[in-house]
Amino acid sequence: MAIETPMKGFIGESIKRKEDDRFIRGKGNYVDDITLPGMLHMAILRSPFAHARIRSINTSAAQALPGVVAVVTGEVLAQHKLAWMPTLSGDTQAVLATDKVRFQGQEVACVIATDPYITRDALPLIEVDYEVLPAVVDPYKALQPDAPLIRDEKEGQTSNHIYHWEAGDKAKTEEAFSKADRVVTLETFYPRCHPSPVETCGIVADINPATGNTILYMTSQAPHAHRTLFAIVAGLPEEKIRIISPDIGGGFGNKVPIYPGYVVATAASLLIGKPVKWVEDRSDNLISTGFARDFHMKGEMALRNDGRMLGLRVKLLSDNGAFFADAQPSKFRAGLFHIVTGSYDVPAAHVEADGAYTNKAPGGVAFRCSFRVTEASYLIERLVESAAIELNQDPAELRAKNFIRPEQFPYKSATGFEYDSGQYEKALRLALEKAGYEELRKEQAEKRKKGELMGIGIASFTEVVGAGPGKHYDIAGLRMFDSAELRVHPTGKAILKLGVRSQGQGHETTFAQIVAEELGIPAADVEVQEGDTDNTPYGLGTYASRSTPVGGAATAMVSRKLRDKAKKIAAHLLEASEADIEFDHGKFFVRGSPSKSKTIQDVAFAAYTNLPDGMEAGLEGVTYYDPPNFTFPFGTYLVVVDIDRGTGQVKVRRMVAVDDCGIRINPMIVEGQIHGGLAEGFGIAFMELITFDEEGNCIGSNFTDYLLPTSWETPKFETYETVTPSPHHPIGAKGIGESATVGSPAAFVNAVIDALGHLGIKNIDMPVTSDKIWTALKAAGAAE
Amino acid sequence: MGWPISVTVNGEKVSAEVEPRLLLVHFIREKLRLTGTHIGCDTTHCGACTVLLDGVPVKSCTVLAVQADERQLTTVEALHAGGALHPIQAAFKQEHGLQCGFCTPGMMMSSFALLADNPDPTEEEIRWALSGNICRCTGYMNIVKAVRAAAVQMKEAAAVPAGAAVGS
Repeated sequence: MAIETPMKGFIGESIKRKEDDRFIRGKGNYVDDITLPGMLHMAILRSPFAHARIRSINTSAAQALPGVVAVVTGEVLAQHKLAWMPTLSGDTQAVLATDKVRFQGQEVACVIATDPYITRDALPLIEVDYEVLPAVVDPYKALQPDAPLIRDEKEGQTSNHIYHWEAGDKAKTEEAFSKADRVVTLETFYPRCHPSPVETCGIVADINPATGNTILYMTSQAPHAHRTLFAIVAGLPEEKIRIISPDIGGGFGNKVPIYPGYVVATAASLLIGKPVKWVEDRSDNLISTGFARDFHMKGEMALRNDGRMLGLRVKLLSDNGAFFADAQPSKFRAGLFHIVTGSYDVPAAHVEADGAYTNKAPGGVAFRCSFRVTEASYLIERLVESAAIELNQDPAELRAKNFIRPEQFPYKSATGFEYDSGQYEKALRLALEKAGYEELRKEQAEKRKKGELMGIGIASFTEVVGAGPGKHYDIAGLRMFDSAELRVHPTGKAILKLGVRSQGQGHETTFAQIVAEELGIPAADVEVQEGDTDNTPYGLGTYASRSTPVGGAATAMVSRKLRDKAKKIAAHLLEASEADIEFDHGKFFVRGSPSKSKTIQDVAFAAYTNLPDGMEAGLEGVTYYDPPNFTFPFGTYLVVVDIDRGTGQVKVRRMVAVDDCGIRINPMIVEGQIHGGLAEGFGIAFMELITFDEEGNCIGSNFTDYLLPTSWETPKFETYETVTPSPHHPIGAKGIGESATVGSPAAFVNAVIDALGHLGIKNIDMPVTSDKIWTALKAAGAAE
Repeated sequence: MGWPISVTVNGEKVSAEVEPRLLLVHFIREKLRLTGTHIGCDTTHCGACTVLLDGVPVKSCTVLAVQADERQLTTVEALHAGGALHPIQAAFKQEHGLQCGFCTPGMMMSSFALLADNPDPTEEEIRWALSGNICRCTGYMNIVKAVRAAAVQMKEAAAVPAGAAVGS
């Protein structure tokens, strides 16, 4: 047995993860590992067309196949008022199509059979008579008056326009632009990409026909919210629904929405009286579930000649696919995009956003992103790069000149956010120093003389994470608080139950460390439980980097609540006044005489055996934490690339990442989160793309077409930190899950543009592939 | 319509009748109930289903169960046979080479095959050997570190005289 370090798991200690022991033995328990007696299997027939009217569906041949138990169509669901369901953005979405199909891959019918192979045999036996309609896949074309109407079933819907939304001060921004020496413009498209966790989505629905008890084993990042939504959507009594989100094989936002497959499997279990399992194959996952971005952006920055930013004006068009199904705070139609002023003190800003329906899969805000902060960060950081080129200024110094300075916090942004804390220049300078920036610039100049292409890209991002506060931020009306319940047992061991749900982030370790820090119980003695709605307090779940900012705060607060009671018990045991009791990492002692002390374990035992008169027994509590504000993690990423003139191939030579997520609970886990995000950012920047042909055929429906970075392409990362605690978070932590996917794409692309800018190449949209670079080089007369 | 097969699964002989079209991964997961082998893509891209057939790593979503007839099948469950962790398992934990854990069994089986073939691989050799296994969480840095650490550990263990305990 390797000797474990004697660490107790206090905050700041890189203890090894508690959850690993089962995973390295192949003993995780994911949805597809669950098999119940009598369980049936389900597969989904999907539309081959992007837009078509359904004339008829004939299921008789499929139904006649031995082993097939049922074939469910939209018509069957309509009888139970389940053919349509509400989305998290207040729209409706077809569960199974009844009238039309509106995107390729849309759910049309489901086969339930005794064996998964039989479900697949039966799918092609279902005959669907389609009348193909013209499809629209470009949101600009979708908004033209002659565009085919996609949502013709919606009363009052006469166009493909979904929403218009604005933030900031238009008049003030216009005034700023009128005073500008110059205006820098960047039009860019953040293409559709997909979270693609290695585990796809799935469910085992088990409804007991005798009792009505409903157990749903689901790949859910938000099991409590899903329970409530199931109750509302399916009309099931909420007290009978138990959602168990077992081990999740990666989520990245893909497992936040409720998908038609979940609903049909549940309905089928109810109607048939047996458990029903549905697990997506990879194409199911890529063509129908929550994607990200597909965001057309035009940004304009008003500047003085000296590089000082005066204003920012942004116009957006989001392609939301056939149903507006974004999982985002209900009052914010373009999510938190208005964080677009980023790390800069921009006096005036205005954002206008519109959304359009197209014949494409629904979604938009998934993928390791706090509600479109990723697009916002990309736009501002790319705009700064454009400004640096136009003003012929160093992009690092242009950033430094415009940063919000440390003494300006709390800083009220032009679009209404109150930033908690930041030391942006410190992070930038550290990145420059670690990268050897001056030397790199010299090298670049020398290479340029020789005709070689080398680029240095910077992104100094600021995120907005940890939603609520609940007063302003809700998902489908549910306030965005989160919860922690802590039970300390007589022997001094504890169970912590949370409303959030890990998908690999290491909650079982990190949250135990918060208890260790606050109460002194070693992390090894704190069992963290999540994901079972019968067994954990209500919470909104894990996405948008909210677990540590909200669930972590709840954990600290409930620990403190118990500590207060423990102090009273300690005073009783030490025969001292409570006012004289001091606490330090698990020890209660009388002020001035530290030798006279009781441990938290002594106190826990006394909580059940030897209490002061009149005190309730036990050492347990629950806290529901509504954050007073977001947290604002930040950092600077610096990328060095070399580009081959002959092929357009990019080689990422260095990736230096400085992150500031406030207090780091477990630095090893924090660093792991950054690595993963950087790899995903690298993938988004250079290879990941879901696109469509003119007929709406999805290109990117498997891993041959949707490219994920492997160990071979992924660069090495050099990670560093600065620490600026959040002043309003109980332990000063800010959240780290998404910083790297938010900040890094712009750094990668800026590096490419930095290499090519002197040739007049100002923008290449992601994914920045070799062919796009080579084509741009050729157009500039610079290809070899 | 069953087809008789006889497979040595993690050292134990198993006989079964299977449909000719049954994929090896389903045989492993559903018939043998060894659920450590995962399915991530069905198309031989992601490597979550990697197992060893006669010591060679294969993606079991693209192998038929009948093809395993009369062969040695090794799954992740064999790594800690006897209870002690294999150095690869210990190193994945030690170096934080996993997060959600879903790709981990396949990743470890590919690592196992690599180290059997090349006990002292360079970082580049590790990255090439694991390039058929996709991890969406870790960015690969710590996986590469884990495989290096395991190589060192296994080399040291091999240097210990026979009979000495090989710890985990």
